[in-house]
Amino acid sequence: MPVPQAKLDALAARIAGLDLVRGGWAGAARTEALARLGAMGLPARRDEYWRYTDPADLIAPQAPRAATFAAADEPPVFDGIDRLRIVFVDGVFDPALSDDLTLAGVEIELLSSAGQTDIHWAREVYGVLEARGQTPVQRPLAALNTAFAAQGVLIRATGRAARPVALIYLHRSETSDAILHHCIKVEAGAELTVLESGPAAARFNKVMEVDVAAGGRFHHIRAQGRDHGRRAATHLFARLGAESLLKSFTLTANGVLTRNEVVIELLGDDAVAHIAGAAVGDGAFHHDDTVFITHAGQRCESRQVFKKVLKNGAVGVFQGKILVKPGAQKTDGYQISQSLLLDGDSQFLAKPELEIYADDVKCSHGSTSGAIDEVALFYLRSRGVPEAAAKSLLVLAFLAETIAEIEDGTIAEDIRLRLHNWLERHGR
Amino acid sequence: MLEINNLHVKLEAEDKPILRGVDLRVAAGTVHAIMGPNGSGKSTLSYVLAGRDGYAVTDGTATLDGADLLAMEPEERAAAGLFLAFQYPVEIPGVGNMTFLRTAVNAQRKARGQEEMSAGEFLKVVRDRARTLKIDADMLKRPVNVGFSGGEKKRNEILQMAMLEPKMCILDETDSGLDVDAMKLVSDGVNALRDAGRAFLVITHYQRLLDHIRPDVVHIMADGRIVKTGGPDLALEVEKNGYAGILAEAV
Ligand SMILES: Nc1ncnc2c1ncn2[C@@H]1O[C@H](COP(=O)(O)OP(=O)(O)OP(=O)(O)O)[C@@H](O)[C@H]1O
Ligand SMILES: [Mg+2]
Repeated sequence: MPVPQAKLDALAARIAGLDLVRGGWAGAARTEALARLGAMGLPARRDEYWRYTDPADLIAPQAPRAATFAAADEPPVFDGIDRLRIVFVDGVFDPALSDDLTLAGVEIELLSSAGQTDIHWAREVYGVLEARGQTPVQRPLAALNTAFAAQGVLIRATGRAARPVALIYLHRSETSDAILHHCIKVEAGAELTVLESGPAAARFNKVMEVDVAAGGRFHHIRAQGRDHGRRAATHLFARLGAESLLKSFTLTANGVLTRNEVVIELLGDDAVAHIAGAAVGDGAFHHDDTVFITHAGQRCESRQVFKKVLKNGAVGVFQGKILVKPGAQKTDGYQISQSLLLDGDSQFLAKPELEIYADDVKCSHGSTSGAIDEVALFYLRSRGVPEAAAKSLLVLAFLAETIAEIEDGTIAEDIRLRLHNWLERHGR
Repeated sequence: MLEINNLHVKLEAEDKPILRGVDLRVAAGTVHAIMGPNGSGKSTLSYVLAGRDGYAVTDGTATLDGADLLAMEPEERAAAGLFLAFQYPVEIPGVGNMTFLRTAVNAQRKARGQEEMSAGEFLKVVRDRARTLKIDADMLKRPVNVGFSGGEKKRNEILQMAMLEPKMCILDETDSGLDVDAMKLVSDGVNALRDAGRAFLVITHYQRLLDHIRPDVVHIMADGRIVKTGGPDLALEVEKNGYAGILAEAV
């Protein structure tokens, strides 16, 4: 099918001001991504997976302006966690704010410098997982990212990482338009935790490709910053080997537009992938989780747990799919997406999908949308808990299933505190 | 302690009167029982006193130690010392029983201008009181009432009461669903709290509970009114002859 002219025009306008980095091992991947992109054009509202989210601001030639925001009322998230910090300011690596990039059990390099060599392990990952993730659903913003990203990190875990690696994204310019591309390889039996935090830029396009080899374990916890005007389109592409594990949790508190896509391929047998998200939005807030999990190996387990708390016209979207390929017997797939609407103005749109081509599988999905339980609220108040505190308790209880997906207790507690603080600020 | 005068209540949604002139005085240090046929308005009275939404008071007053209960938010009534053990305790998935108890205890302390209980002290007290009610550590950890049996839920209500130490305790059919041993545990729990500064209003259908918790006064409620008031013997009469005679006499 020919690409509609409007999509190609949008693409031409969008990339007119972008520079393609040439040469090095990543050069070919970038050129290929550009070709992929040219064959797709940019997303439009008519596309099957963009019906609920308008991509206009994400594909516009210029990033819509977004005021920066400094939270004076709480320390930055993960501040209390012993971690190696890698800081990007408006999408550009900042060596002065970052720690030294040496960490036992892990090799860390920057895409900007390591991308120019001829040979690199990341060649097997960069643009490779993204390209695999383009079928059956096209993800043009990810291809655009692969083609034009000049910044990002390349992380290879060869053992048990001594500390989490924290990617911190600061937003300083009201017009910044950041593109970051990270490649992560967790070698057989290795274990790594990556934290991400911060709003990054006025507009943020990020791709993270994660290749987890047999028996590897990858933990990912991110908190997308509080800047109210920011927009973000992120993709996590992951490929899991036998008996490997991936756990990813995302907290989103405000932000005018966020689209988080997660594309997971359970390739080896007995692999486990858990993807969770807690989103809280008040007012002009549009939050979209689009997840695609492919079961190719046998006896793999996948869980998708997404919860959103919405008020004052906030909109939540969940599009989640489990695809079980022929031969992926004994698959255990679970998916739940729920929203708590704190008033009548907010909206939750869900599109859960199952597509199963194996006969011996266990898959379930459920999606609900509801208000706060008035009976439970009265019960709490009758015990002396003031209304606002009682509501907070019930909202946190609603979100608890997502936080339970974070294995590290200290990190989970930090996330819980952020949610608590958000409810304090927005609860009344 | 508790004073109810000519209380008229209807459902907010419909024009359906449920309480039609309730008069009741419960003095400090006493135990009152309310009996009465199904649907006579006993639970409605307890909900209205606790401040549940959905009811409209069309006439009358209710005060706790002189303070106007009906003007207060539910949490203010609790802080003022009112407690209702629910006929149907509520399940709250995701909120641990322990967190729930601690939040409630500290919220009430705060409302009264007292200092919060430290985590250690709280743990000690709650373990101690839970043990007397045969509530095990697992039940304390689980989400509030989720997966509890009927009797476990009722014992959990009494644990909350023991922790909050209210002065006016309303028990709505706390005996229903309890086995013989649990009935004894719950009654012991209530009796342990009996003192000169505290009063109880015990709603029940059965004399059996009143064998353990000896009431000073027994009321019969019918069709939204207290139609007869007497001593402990009145409960025995109901047990023996049912309500027919009493109701006929009241008309
Ligand atoms: N929310 C409601 N909606 C409709 N009817 C109600 C509601 N609450 C109470 N009623 C009605 O009011 C009347 C009194 O109910 P209530 O629960 O107070 O009775 P009760 O004396 O506690 O009965 P039981 O002994 O069965 O517990 C009943 O006819 C009941 O159906
Ligand atoms: Mg009742």
